[in-house]
Amino acid sequence: MTTEQKILSSLPYCEPFLFVDRITNINENSIAGSYTFNPESFFYKGHFKDKPVTPGVILLECMGQIGLVCFGIYLLNLHEKKTDFSIVLSNLESDFFKIVYPEETVFVHSEKMYLRNNILKCRIRLSDNNNETITTTIASCKFKLES
Amino acid sequence: MDTIKNEVKEILNKYIFDKKIWTNAPENPRIILDLKINSARIVDIVLDVEEKYGIEIDDKALEKIITVEDVINTIKLKADK
Repeated sequence: MTTEQKILSSLPYCEPFLFVDRITNINENSIAGSYTFNPESFFYKGHFKDKPVTPGVILLECMGQIGLVCFGIYLLNLHEKKTDFSIVLSNLESDFFKIVYPEETVFVHSEKMYLRNNILKCRIRLSDNNNETITTTIASCKFKLES
Repeated sequence: MDTIKNEVKEILNKYIFDKKIWTNAPENPRIILDLKINSARIVDIVLDVEEKYGIEIDDKALEKIITVEDVINTIKLKADK
């Protein structure tokens, strides 16, 4: 298995709440990945009635799963150690610029601000096929490792 | 001492949602429990302190920070070295 595959298999999510398709680049300072929204996803039925649009919270979830969780798994080497862990979102501050419709592919780029005491804080950007910014956020999460 | 205390209070205020919380806070408030600051923000607070005072606070010292006095004492201890 490649590092990317190991990270994906270490994720604590599954359908219908998995929002990571690919990790395209990862190193000590940053991660990039993508996800294509399935038009059959549960939230499109209600958001909005007859006018499906991807909810902002789901965009943030996608950014968090790639930009914080996948990244943190790599930085803490959890994909190699097979350590049990859980994640707690600590805080985030976001700006939204564009709407994402069903079937669109989004691209996440996350840069590490710090990783200290298992708390990872990143500057994360979500963009579309034309590299236009959809959402930007600064967010942090805490990894709780089972000893 | 009071200068450091005020400066620390100023840093903490960046992460406090309701500033009125100081009014009923105990003499030496616990950062998370009394000031209702998110635990992950302790790292942000420590980074702010490190930058302001030109000191380094290692992860072990960071874990021991519970109260406002802990922050002040850590600054004094590191600044004396």
